[in-house]
Amino acid sequence: MTEAYVFDAVRTPRGKGKKDGSLHQIAPVDLLKNVLVELRDRHALDTSQVDDVVLGCVTPVGEQGADIARTAVLYADWDQSVPGVTQSRFCASGLESVNLAAMKVKSGEEHLVVAGGVESMSRWPMGSDGGAMVMDPRVNAKMDFVPQGIGADLIATLEGFSREDVDAFAVESQRRAAAAQEADHFRRSVVPVKDDVGLTVLDHDETVRGTTTVETLSGLKPSFQQMGVMGFDATALRKYPTVEEINHVHHAGNSSGIVDGASVVLIGSKDKGVELGLKPRARIVSTAVVGTEPTIMLTGPGPASMKALKKAGMTPKDIDLYEINEAFAAVVLRAIRDLDIDPATVNVNGGAIALGHPLGATGAMLLGTLIDELERQDKSTGLITLCVGGGMGIATVIERV
Amino acid sequence: MVANLKDSPESPIRYAVDADGIALITLDMPGRSQNVLNDSLTGPFRAVIEQAYGDDAVKGLVITSGKRDFLAGADIDGLYRMTDPAEVVAMSDAFKALLRQLETGGKPVVCALNGSALGGGLELALACHHRVALNNPKAKFGLVEVKLGLLPGGGGTQRLPRMIGIQTALPLLMEGKELRVAAAKAQGIVDEVADTPEDLIAKAKAWAKANPKATQPWDDKKFRYPGGDAKHPAVAQMLAIAPSMLRAKTHGNFPATLHIMASVVEGSLVDFDNALKIESRYFAACVVSPEAKNMITTLWYQLNHINKGGSRPDGFERSRFSKVGILGAGMMGSAIAYVSARAGFDVVLKDVSQDGADKGKAYSESLVKKAVSKGRMSKEDGAALLDKILPTGDVQDLAGCDLIIEAVFEDRGLKAKVTQETEAVMDANGVFASNTSTLPITGLAGPSLRPDRFIGLHFFSPADKMPLVEIIKGEQTSAETLARSFDFVQQIKKTPIVVNDSRGFYTSRVFSTYIMEGIALLADGVHPRRIEMAGLKAGMPVGPLALHDEVSLSLSLHIMDQTRKDLEAEGKPLPDAPAHDLIRKMVVDLDRPGKKAGRGFYDYPEGGKKHLWAGLAEHWPVAAEQISEDEIVERMLLAQANETVRCLEEGVLESVWDANIGAIFGWGFAPFQGGPLQYLNAYGLDKAVARLREFAEHYGERFSPATRLVEMAEAGEAFERVPA
Repeated sequence: MTEAYVFDAVRTPRGKGKKDGSLHQIAPVDLLKNVLVELRDRHALDTSQVDDVVLGCVTPVGEQGADIARTAVLYADWDQSVPGVTQSRFCASGLESVNLAAMKVKSGEEHLVVAGGVESMSRWPMGSDGGAMVMDPRVNAKMDFVPQGIGADLIATLEGFSREDVDAFAVESQRRAAAAQEADHFRRSVVPVKDDVGLTVLDHDETVRGTTTVETLSGLKPSFQQMGVMGFDATALRKYPTVEEINHVHHAGNSSGIVDGASVVLIGSKDKGVELGLKPRARIVSTAVVGTEPTIMLTGPGPASMKALKKAGMTPKDIDLYEINEAFAAVVLRAIRDLDIDPATVNVNGGAIALGHPLGATGAMLLGTLIDELERQDKSTGLITLCVGGGMGIATVIERV
Repeated sequence: MVANLKDSPESPIRYAVDADGIALITLDMPGRSQNVLNDSLTGPFRAVIEQAYGDDAVKGLVITSGKRDFLAGADIDGLYRMTDPAEVVAMSDAFKALLRQLETGGKPVVCALNGSALGGGLELALACHHRVALNNPKAKFGLVEVKLGLLPGGGGTQRLPRMIGIQTALPLLMEGKELRVAAAKAQGIVDEVADTPEDLIAKAKAWAKANPKATQPWDDKKFRYPGGDAKHPAVAQMLAIAPSMLRAKTHGNFPATLHIMASVVEGSLVDFDNALKIESRYFAACVVSPEAKNMITTLWYQLNHINKGGSRPDGFERSRFSKVGILGAGMMGSAIAYVSARAGFDVVLKDVSQDGADKGKAYSESLVKKAVSKGRMSKEDGAALLDKILPTGDVQDLAGCDLIIEAVFEDRGLKAKVTQETEAVMDANGVFASNTSTLPITGLAGPSLRPDRFIGLHFFSPADKMPLVEIIKGEQTSAETLARSFDFVQQIKKTPIVVNDSRGFYTSRVFSTYIMEGIALLADGVHPRRIEMAGLKAGMPVGPLALHDEVSLSLSLHIMDQTRKDLEAEGKPLPDAPAHDLIRKMVVDLDRPGKKAGRGFYDYPEGGKKHLWAGLAEHWPVAAEQISEDEIVERMLLAQANETVRCLEEGVLESVWDANIGAIFGWGFAPFQGGPLQYLNAYGLDKAVARLREFAEHYGERFSPATRLVEMAEAGEAFERVPA
């Protein structure tokens, strides 16, 4: 079987996903154009050699609708022979793009594939695409649908994570992200976003708050308590009948930030790299997706990681560095417990609590962050994993080459 | 100009066209007190509509009723029989096609609602272009189908939300709310109100004349869903949580509610005619559901049978007591005083002291105040109600009472004393009733001068809310005493069931098997929270442990000890009951007697939410292996159902309907199961026997199937619905 190599990974900085966010004025297709142009220009890439562009987008409606992958390819002046496909595996979409691209290459059907994703959460808020899971009462009831935050709070309740535990985790994420920014660890991956006339709009991740402390977080009200009391808690408790009450510990400060951003990764075979003069940075060792209980929804990272590691013939101890997406603090704490790994090896440059989680783009961003860090520390193996809507989980094992 | 085409005496419809060309269509089915939507009405109705539309002289239609009420709704017999979804869809589609013909025929159609329009009756009204209602204080309007596990299959889930919006319509549809005229007008269900029957028809005709081009809003190309359809962000956001909110109450046990929500939501996303077809599919799902069959069996057929006097002895004229004396002005006595006065009875509320009696009357005062402030009662009616209650500490004030309801402490000596002192002054032809919930009536009748006029009237707390009264016949209670008591219960707007005397009668006895099984489960190492959750999922209103805290563990212990003593005295064996030791340990060793003390299975922190006592796990460790939730639910339901059959077998119960209604109205037994005996019918008697035998082997003799159940299962019988 052909091996799949990562040649490069670039991303936009993450802009606060609100009206006052720097990227709110930039259309999602422009976010993609910025990274596609950078990827092409950085490697003097003959884009006609690209077999496909696979992009994740969780809310593919409006400006993000109608296959934004193909749209962006043409809009960014890539060769018209390059097709594009947009998919959604909810929060895993960015990493799903990577895994699909790797499979395309490994299968030998294709040789050079761009993977990535985009999400302008400030323009197309989460949930604006509806969905039977949410808005069809029969499906909603059948799935015991509750919002992710309720699932995260349920994880904290079941695992005994206190408000202080999750807040301390969030503070550490902010501290690490600020330190990484200070040390310029994101230099290689981040491409400043420019507007149509070439003015720089944003050149750094703008939601990082290194001064955050447990005290500053303690004043924040739990985000999911009110909706929980209105009815969602009852749904969760019916499914978890030994739990008497949900401890609502998550809030805006210990959950992933809502941000805008885009990312692309160039993946291909060794031969194609040689042909085009592209230097492999890492190998995609194995990938996995799993489905787990959908109401708690966010316990997928552990099983997905184990599945990917098993395929690679590895155990959690064989991994040097982890990126576990910080959808909510409890998700990462639970995954660390499931995998029985050292927290010091996890999200060493901070995570989505500090940096934000632009849904469709995040997975591919984490891949870039992890490769950069493995190179910086001169380490070898890494694993990226995310919890996913609908109770899924995803993981990718990589190895530096 | 009068056309009498349909005016034969057998015709259910009168038809008359006036000089202005307005056809007055009067529904008036012969030989029955109410109009009902069945084939004998819809056929002629269709013919009349066709006649009106075929006649150029007819400029508009007014539909009204010749009965006290407008139209009662669908033909339940027909729906009950249907088991083929295709048949239901066809029937529903056909009725809706008729309504579409009515509303799209090009002539204005006005509904003149002279009285109640419920279910299909209101659906017919909604298919008219305009609704005028007579200001009739008794009239009620509502799409009540959900109460029998159904949904409004005549366009109700489509027209109502298109008139008043999804968010306003959903609660009405899902709770089956009945609105009085003013509320129906305020909600936009009724357009106009008329003061007299003449005014009603005049207003209806005037509107028809003034609006020759009437069309329904949803047939207008520019129609916009009021408040937005299911795609509208505000509605979509509500829809994300609506199923959770619903199921927090129903635990998924009432599928009709979810079908209603889905029908409204999906229907809002398509055009009106497709929406009606979507509704038919959900309607069919409801009609053929076991829940609907169970609910119709019990809450329609059996309840109607009881309401018509099915358990009342024949041969006695309906009667009414003239003055009601209540002994004991505690919670129960005070509430009975209120419901009696509300029904127009003069009430003497007697306590040991004037002060105690006054406190009892204060309960009525608070209820009246609340009703008046909420507009449910006029000030005058409230004052008149309170005037009917005489609080007293003097037994002589009971003179002239022809019904006494004794509600003093559960102590035989005390009860004997008040019986004798009351009988000395009350009307000698009157009835003496005890509200005991545990002490056998025959024994209490011992000290009575007139045991034939001594009876049990077991109310449930709070008596002003709970709908049931369990009437207990003592050995010597006469049929006439029973008939008079039955009438009284109906007059105070409660539902009577009639049982024979025995320990715990019917309701307390079977109810206790539920809470005792909860304790047995705890003793078996089932996680206490799982026990509670399974109780709720079984359809019981409260988990068994919380319920036991409410009734108090110390009371349970007291009754158990009393029972033990009585049985020992009678030389009878003690029943198998694993719960007893646990209760004794809770009350005696651990000092956790129940909610009143703030300590039971739960802790009751002041100002906080109750939560399970952490110490439970220490004394009754949670087993590593947990039985399935389904099995817990079955243990709870089968324990009650089996005990109910024993009551039938022993003659404590005399009828299936009293058993089922008593369980649902008395202690909230899962209504969608139709009561414990209907639960067995639906479960299958042979399967129930097999399951009970398994349980008996695993969990104890208490599960050994009742002999009657085994016999019936072997004979392939089921519990009867109502007498043929």
